[in-house]
Amino acid sequence: MAEKLKVATCSLAGCFGCHMSLLDIDERLLDLLEVIQFDRSPINDLKQIEGMVDLGLIEGGVCNAENVHVLRHFREHCRILVSVGECAITGGIPSMRNHFSLKECLEEAYIRGVALENAQIPSDPELPLLLDKLRPIHEVVKIDYHLPGCPPSADAFWHFLTELLAGRDPSLPLQLLRYD
Amino acid sequence: MDHTKTFFLDGREIPFKDGQTVFDAAMAAGVYIPHLCHNPAYEPHSSCRLCTVIVNGRPFAACTQPAVAGQMIQNDTPELKEMRRILTQMLFVEGNHYCPTCEKSGSCKLQATAYDLGIQDNHFPQFFQRREVDASHPDFVFDRDRCILCGHCLRVSRDVDKKNVFAMAHRGIKTEIVVDSPTGLLKDSRLSVEDEAAHVCPVGALMLKRTGFTIPIGARTYDRTPIRVDSVKNFKAREERRHG
Repeated sequence: MAEKLKVATCSLAGCFGCHMSLLDIDERLLDLLEVIQFDRSPINDLKQIEGMVDLGLIEGGVCNAENVHVLRHFREHCRILVSVGECAITGGIPSMRNHFSLKECLEEAYIRGVALENAQIPSDPELPLLLDKLRPIHEVVKIDYHLPGCPPSADAFWHFLTELLAGRDPSLPLQLLRYD
Repeated sequence: MDHTKTFFLDGREIPFKDGQTVFDAAMAAGVYIPHLCHNPAYEPHSSCRLCTVIVNGRPFAACTQPAVAGQMIQNDTPELKEMRRILTQMLFVEGNHYCPTCEKSGSCKLQATAYDLGIQDNHFPQFFQRREVDASHPDFVFDRDRCILCGHCLRVSRDVDKKNVFAMAHRGIKTEIVVDSPTGLLKDSRLSVEDEAAHVCPVGALMLKRTGFTIPIGARTYDRTPIRVDSVKNFKAREERRHG
């Protein structure tokens, strides 16, 4: 049996909806697992990619310093890197904060928020530093393919992965191409 | 006889009548030419350049280009498709188009055109421009984030409703639609639900309140019919109503 292709996934500034949609391929997961094995992913809770993997799927945009590190780690360790979902591709809902300064956003949440006691902006050194603007991931590293949707439907995931694994162009046909 | 005049579109012979544009003759013959700033119910504007075709080797906007007998015209070529993709991607990065939360999603001409062109990413860096929302009017919300500056509202308010509610202000990247009212807000303007201008926005910029999300996903305009088919169907239906 041929060696299984390694796939790593992660969610940056996303909602894990894309991961849920991937799991929505239901019993087809069993077919998929015949040809791939998951490396680092929230699905198996592995924290680092060991060596090189064949395919990386990134959900969510880049909103803080940790996201930048994770994204660069994926780029260095994935032969093919895919931007998955509206947030990774355009910034999506989290990027609505870009219309305000970071200071305004933090003050709105932590100073002027409802029912706060000892209101203060969190500054624990363990917290990743927020970027001043959230960016789509292709603005930070090179991306090989984009899989749009909010989230991409299970059928879109299935089409994309099976076409890519078969060595074909994984572009979505019209009926699977959605931005919502 | 006028109606026997023809030109060639991607090698296919297309009949036209004197005075007809390349766009109108092509659509009447069932050939879709992508377009955003043009609504065939009104005068063409030729500003979005999406309908650009190659006429005898030179680019022209099909919506304003008069058809001439014997012209050799190209519409469906990889080069034109790439140009249309780039123009559409630039519209997406210039505005703030959050399809997942937009009430117009599924019935939006910008989105449907991007689907038609097979756009899966925006390629360019997002601008994230701050644009103002005007929700002051009891019946409308005007969200400039979604505006593509096609000018439909402006032209229809001026030419059909004779109210001149909208205008374009500033230049270049700062260009925006402004409202003719003492406060600059829609609530103090003469816009009303009966105006045609209130219903022509091809995107979700000018929308009627209390109508969002009333049509379920799967039943929206372009869920049911791709814009390529829907546009031609609507064009032919309008021509039939006009000419019987």
